[in-house]
Amino acid sequence: MSDTKCKSRDESGVVVTITEEWHVGKSQRAVKMLALSIGLSQVSIYSLATSVSELANNLFFHTNYGGTITLKVVRKNGRAGIEIAAADKGPGIADLDSAMLDSFTTNGGLGGGLPGVERLMDEFEIASQVGVGTWVVARKWGKCS
Amino acid sequence: MKIAILKLRGILLTSIQDDLSDQDALDFQRDVLQKITDTEFNGLVIDITAMDVVDSFMARVINDTAIQAKMLGTRVILCGMQPAVALTLIEMGRELLGVETALNIDQAFNRLEMLINEQEV
Repeated sequence: MSDTKCKSRDESGVVVTITEEWHVGKSQRAVKMLALSIGLSQVSIYSLATSVSELANNLFFHTNYGGTITLKVVRKNGRAGIEIAAADKGPGIADLDSAMLDSFTTNGGLGGGLPGVERLMDEFEIASQVGVGTWVVARKWGKCS
Repeated sequence: MKIAILKLRGILLTSIQDDLSDQDALDFQRDVLQKITDTEFNGLVIDITAMDVVDSFMARVINDTAIQAKMLGTRVILCGMQPAVALTLIEMGRELLGVETALNIDQAFNRLEMLINEQEV
């Protein structure tokens, strides 16, 4: 990975609103472009795309009015990374501990979406309040120094 | 988006692309099952060479399709998974994909023909 890629300064975030199913693909493409621009490895890019896909699908399938995926380049200690933030306005997750369990599902899916994202990403935070909304922030760091 | 289901040497061959919606997935499953019933072919190859992202939704679609086809007595092999997809799937965790796999279409066909011959003996 070349240093020039790490030094590029494009810190503008991308916001993708998820209200329809095809927006999921749109968010996937957006995160791939952003990850490519800071020179992340192919496996990291696939991990990011899969994570965004899970989170965007959650916004589409589990919320009342959809939500937003915000993607941005973040930097810490000379390393560049991608931050994914998913936010929605409800219904919120009643039992966060269960939601983070593999094979827990409320819609007949496979379950494992959220815990999968936690494993794929380097940092993962989730907060939720019933009737208010859910926020997920996850980051994947590159190897640049 | 319609997914083509091709007939080749007594085996059905289909290739899934990215950006499959829920409705596309259901249509695809219905088409596959109909084709199996119509042609009486007893092998199905699902190729995912073009897929960058296999998330839990796609994994479910692939698994369900394979199980449904199996119920009709058809052997199913998934092929063409990209290395990065395999890495991602394992990190996602658990046995997301419960289908038999092959590296490419060539090997998938060889394996299926072997399985079908065994069945007939």
